[in-house]
This record gives sequence, C-alpha cells and structure tokens, in this order.
Amino acid sequence: MHWIFEPGLFSNGSVRTALVLGAMVSIVSAAVGVFTVMRGQSFAGHALTDVATAGGAGASLAGVSPLLGFIGGGIIGAGAMDAIGVQRVKGRDIATGVVLGAATGLTALFLYLVTLHSAATGSTQQILFGSVFTVEPSTVPDAAVLSVLVVAGLLVIRRPLLLSSISVELAAARGVRLRAVGVAFMAMLAVAVGLSAIVIGAILSTALLIGPPASTLKVANRFAWAMSLASVLGVLATWLGIVMAYDSYYWFPSHRGLPVSFFVVSLVVVEFAVASYVGQRRKARIIVAGHDPTKTPEQVGWV
Amino acid sequence: MTNAWISGTAIAALVGVVGFFVVMRGAAFAAHAIPNGAFAGAAGANLIGVNPLFGLVAFAMAAAFGIGATSRRTKSDVATALALVMMLALGAAFLATSTEYEPAVNALLFGEILGVSSSEILPVLVLALLCGLGLAVLYRPLLYSSISPELSNARGVNVVAIDILFLVVVALTSALAVPVVGALLTFSLTIGPPAAARLISDRPGRALALSVLLSLFTLWAAIASSYVSTLPIGFFVGTLSAVVYLAARGWDVRRTRRIQRQVA
Amino acid sequence: MSGTDLLKVEDVTVSISGRVILRDVNFRIDQGEFTGLIGSNGAGKTTLLRVILGMQEVASGRVTVRGQALTRSNRSIGYVPQKVLFEADLPIRVRDFVALGVDGHRYGVARRSRATLGLVDEMLHAVEAAEFSDRRIGSLSGGEQQRVLIAHALVSRPELLLLDEPLANLDPGNAQEIIQLLHSVATGQHVAILLSAHEMNPLLPVMDRVVYVANAQVASGTTDEVIRPDVLSTLYGHHVDVLRVHGRILVVAGENVDVGHVVPEHPPFVVE
Repeated sequence: MHWIFEPGLFSNGSVRTALVLGAMVSIVSAAVGVFTVMRGQSFAGHALTDVATAGGAGASLAGVSPLLGFIGGGIIGAGAMDAIGVQRVKGRDIATGVVLGAATGLTALFLYLVTLHSAATGSTQQILFGSVFTVEPSTVPDAAVLSVLVVAGLLVIRRPLLLSSISVELAAARGVRLRAVGVAFMAMLAVAVGLSAIVIGAILSTALLIGPPASTLKVANRFAWAMSLASVLGVLATWLGIVMAYDSYYWFPSHRGLPVSFFVVSLVVVEFAVASYVGQRRKARIIVAGHDPTKTPEQVGWV
Repeated sequence: MTNAWISGTAIAALVGVVGFFVVMRGAAFAAHAIPNGAFAGAAGANLIGVNPLFGLVAFAMAAAFGIGATSRRTKSDVATALALVMMLALGAAFLATSTEYEPAVNALLFGEILGVSSSEILPVLVLALLCGLGLAVLYRPLLYSSISPELSNARGVNVVAIDILFLVVVALTSALAVPVVGALLTFSLTIGPPAAARLISDRPGRALALSVLLSLFTLWAAIASSYVSTLPIGFFVGTLSAVVYLAARGWDVRRTRRIQRQVA
Repeated sequence: MSGTDLLKVEDVTVSISGRVILRDVNFRIDQGEFTGLIGSNGAGKTTLLRVILGMQEVASGRVTVRGQALTRSNRSIGYVPQKVLFEADLPIRVRDFVALGVDGHRYGVARRSRATLGLVDEMLHAVEAAEFSDRRIGSLSGGEQQRVLIAHALVSRPELLLLDEPLANLDPGNAQEIIQLLHSVATGQHVAILLSAHEMNPLLPVMDRVVYVANAQVASGTTDEVIRPDVLSTLYGHHVDVLRVHGRILVVAGENVDVGHVVPEHPPFVVE
C-alpha cells in the first residue's frame, strides 16, 4: 500500500482538510448536478463558472474570502443567464457566450492586478485550478454551512423541482411556481459552483457538477439511487484525486506535484467513459438477445 | 511592437472569416473546445522544450478531429463540456511541472500582445496566408454546405471533405490566435464580431466583409488599449467583443422596431 | 344530479394579441359526463382548455367549477397535455412519476405515506400500466405514455379530467384502448372527461356531449343536437352538409370531403 499512500498522507493536516472539504463539495455538486443534467442546463452550469471565476479573482484582489467571491460571481452569472433566458436556443448560445467572454476578460484583469499588488504568487493557479491543499482552515466551517443549506434547500423543493424538470407543462398545471423554483435552483447552482471552485478551481468545476451525475444517469433507473450513486462517484473521484495529487509530489525529482484538479477531472472523465460503456452494453445485450427492447434488464432476467 | 500589429492583423482577419462560418454552421462549441486543446498543446510543448507552435497546432488538430468524429454520434452536452474541461486540466498539469508557471498560464489563457516573437512571425504569417488562401479557394462550396448540407451535396459538393478541411482551418486559426488572444478569449473573438456582423447584414458577402472589419477593429483596439494601459489584452478582447456584439444587437432591435412601426 | 354543474363556461371571449380566438362561448359539463371538444386544428380547442385550467386570461365571461370562481391550479381538475416529451435518460420510474401526481407541487421533506403508495398502485392497475411500472418514463411507447399521463392526472382524484388531443399520435388500435380506458374511468370513478380531438368518429360510442368549435364559436349539446346541417352551417357561416355513413359521421362543405372534419371553401378564422 506504500506506493498509493505516500508517507505522511494521513498525518498531513492540509490533506485531512482537503478530504473533508472535497467530500462535502462533491456531495453538494452531485445533488445539484443531477438536477442540472436532468433539466438540460449543463450549458448554464458551465457558463456560470466563467462569471464565478471573475468573482473569485475579484475577491482575491479585494482581499476577501475566495469562496465568497466565487459564489457572488456565480449568483451574478445566474442573474445574467436568467435575463438572457436559459433555454438552449441558438441565438442565446452566442449571446451567453459573448457576454460571459467579457467575464473572462474581467478575470484576466483582476488576476493581473493581483500580481501587481501583492507579492503572493500562485493566486492564478488557486483561482483557476483550485487550492484545496492551501485553503484557509476557516473556509471549512463556511463551506459546511453552505453545503448543509444547499442540501436542505434541495430536500425541501425536491418534488416541485423534480416535476418541473420532467415537464414544465405538467408542473404549471399543478400550480408549481415555476419561476420561484427555477430561481431557487439557480441560486443553489451558483453556491455549488462556488464550493466546487475552491476544490478544483472555477473553470474546472463543471466536471464535478455534471460528470458524476451524467455517469449515473446512464445506469440508474430510480431517482434516489441516481442521487446516491452520483455522490459516491463524486466523492470517489475527489478523494482519489487528492491522494494522487499528494503522491505526485514524489513522482518527479523536481518535487512539483500535479494539481488536484487534473486528477479529479481525469477520474470524472474515466467514470463517464466506463458508465457510457456499461450503459451501451446493457442496451445492446437486450437487443441482441432478441428480447423486447422496451423491457428492463430485470424483466428480461439478465439482472 | 510591430510584431504585435502584424500578427494581430493577420490573426484578426483570419478569425473574422473563420468565425463567420463557425457562427453560420452553429459550431460554437468547436470554437470553445479547440482553443482549449491548443492550450494543452502549448503547455505540453513548453514542458518538453519544443517550439510551442508545434504543440499548438498538433493538439488543436487533434481536438478538431476529435470533435469531427464524435459530433456525428453524440449531441451530448455533457460529453462536450467534459472534453472542454479535460483539455484545460491537461494543460494545467503540463504547466504545473514546469518552473515558469504563473506567467505561462496567464499568457496562454488570457493572451499576450507580444505572444508572437520575431522568430515566430514568419511561420505564423505563412500559416495565416495558407489558411486565407484555402478559405478563398473553398469559399463557395463552404458557403453552400454551411447554408444547406443536403442541397450542396446534391449539387456535387463533397460535404464530408469540406467539413474536414474546415475543421483543419479552425484548428490552425486557433493555434495562431491562442498565443496572442489567449485560449479562454479566442472564443469571444471568434464568435462576437461575426455574430454582430450577421445581425447587421443578411447577405453573406457583406456579412463576411463586415465580420473581418469588426474583427480587425476589435483586435486592433484591444492591442492598442493593452499597450497604452499595460492591462492584459485578454481583458480588452473579452470586453470589446461583447460590446461590439451588444451594439449590433441593439442596432438590430431598433431596426426591427422601426420597420414594425412603418408597417403598422 | 347535484344542483350546481361541475363546470360552467359562461359567455367567455378570449383574444390573444388582438385576435379573437373564442367568442361568447357557453357550455356546461355535469359530473361523470364524457364530453368531446371537437374542432379542426387551430380552431381554439387548446385555448379553451387552458382557460378552464386557469392558464389563459379571458377578455370577458367567466368559468366556474361547482359554482366557485376558477383559481389557478384547481385541484379538482386534472390535465393531460398534448405532448409531453420524456427525455430517455430521466431516472424516474413510472410509479414515481405517477406519485408526483399526488405531491409534485408540495414543498417539504415528508416521506410518502403508505396510503399514497397504495393509491398509486391502484391507479396503475386502473390504466393497465402495472406491468411496466418500474420502467423509466423515457422508455415508454406512445400508448404506454398516454396511460401513464392519465394515471398521473387521476391520482389526485380530480372531478374533471382534461385531455388535449390524446389520440393525435396514436394508431387506431391504441386510440380505441385509450378511449375505452377513459370511458371506464369516467363511469367507474365518476370523473367527468373533457377531451379534445379533431376526429370525432372514434368518440361517438362514448360521448355524452359534444362541444364543437369552429369560426371562434361553439355549439354544445348531444351529438344529435349539434352535428346537424343547420347548427354547423350557422357556426361556420356557410353551407355545411352532414352525412351518416355506416354509423360514421362526415361533415362536408362544398366539394371537399374529409372524414369527421370540415375542409371549408372559405377557411375559418385560423389562429395559433
């Protein structure tokens, strides 16, 4: 086991912080992400990260907690997306992309100003690609509170949110307040993006938000199961990523480790590839066996 | 500084043409993903001490063909977003192992006026010229297959070959643009001014010319502003592209309202 | 029969973007009645259904449910919309989706009661969807989906069920099954049905009442009262013949014949 768990892994305080933070963030991202993917709002989630990045860079410049900056940026981004309209219409893709390009430009500006005004190096890396090993310990309780709030919020609105995600018409007919639910969800999305940005950086946080949920949707039939599996896949990728990042310090003679975000994103992609393969095989097996392709594997007797 | 103006002009002109077709073909995603691939390539080249141009071009091409191959099979939002992000993460990993982390990251992601050095200006111009010539030769078939693949196929246009050639041009253009404009802002420049041009004019010839003009204007203004203020060029590219696009939107809305009032 | 009608539509006029879609519409529905809302595409059937659901404003007139004014999302009215597209990868089983018909609008963390789950089972059996109740909703065929949507709407025990063109995309076999299903639900559970269609013949055996929409106006009554040359000619504003052939009805104008349809020489006021 020595070569997996390099010396000092578990006794290292920042690693323990990273594992705790990583777990919390993965679970929140997975929960919010399942809804995001179901609602076909992956694009919106991705777009939010651009504005969240600017927020984080701005916070760094202002000397404020980066978590606040990421979330603040995310909320502004959510507001902008709401104004433009979240539906995937051709013209809106471009409008969104261009407006958010401006946010990226702001990020460039803020990061430049940060390097001018402070001697501290590495802020670019932290904001763009995550800082889970160097995060201030005081961030953890803040992140914990936010995580609990988001999860609690999701629990409370889960049925109207689910119904409106399945069919806007049916939800409207039942009196679900679509706008209120939609806005509440966007706010949760912004917080989730912000939390994830701390761990793997703002521009990569999309991976943790939509990767594990998308993998899950290829194989899960039941909603509760989808939520659980997504969380497990997310935590797995994050913890394994943290361990590998720690280990990577020992891989090169130069003692420069690879970023956590690289490992996490790679693992998320691997999970997705495996899940896609499994999902495809299932469908193929049913069809090849000559059985009714509309029956589930359970009904056919495969599982 | 002359390098900046020369390379900037060549890049902006090229991006103006390529972006016009990207917008017409609805290939905004490609414009987002290929520069990210180029970023990873440049970082990789930096790592192994090779001329970054090789890395830029190689990875951009790989990304382009990856997109070409998969876009036929899956229209998955998720797969494309993951691919985008994976390339960024890869580039980040490459850079992390080098010693010059921060300036390299900033330059590759957010652009640098002097992104093209004197030694590189010649190959850049040659490549830009090649792409320009290629586009000029392909102009009509490319236009027709962008408007309607089925119709142009029926008229004997080899749509598949055009698709591939176009992706190659997009890859090369991204590879040229990324050092100056930055991987994260190439999308803005590729989409913003051309989309603005399309809002202003419906006729392909005019919209194309306008797209090039707006592109040149945006990048020139960005270079000039960056030079004068010493603020990063990426900031100006992002902001100006958005401004140009929004101005065109506003102009279009007013024109539509004017027409409605005339009709009523 | 109770004193107040289940549904009463009085002098309703609807206009959208300045165009009059429906003018002075009057009809009523009694408990347990099966009513067909018939008209060609674009005649205003969906608009009328939306008015009853409280999702469309009226320029004048009123709609009452058991004498009470309409509120948005009236719980005693169930709704099956025209096209509900379920994404193939939604991780929702049929039974979970039907359960959302009970509590999909409720906030809160309460778990579903056994009574609710029992109700869901009962409804799944009633629409003959029990055999695929554990499948993902995105994997269903058109006919199966229709049943599930009906179960979803019925599980909240409405008194009136509205269906917007439920037969439009079904082959005749499936369409008949759905009609029979609805008929048995109407009689067995005393649920009134208001179902829109552009083809009235499949409904003839089960319809108690017809509400015929054409030219922004409505005629309502039994089939014999409404599907008559004089009534329909007044409605359309030009001469219309009604032929009965082998138990089927053909509404004919001029030289254009279409089964159960009218293709008028001067098109009626067609609106979206």
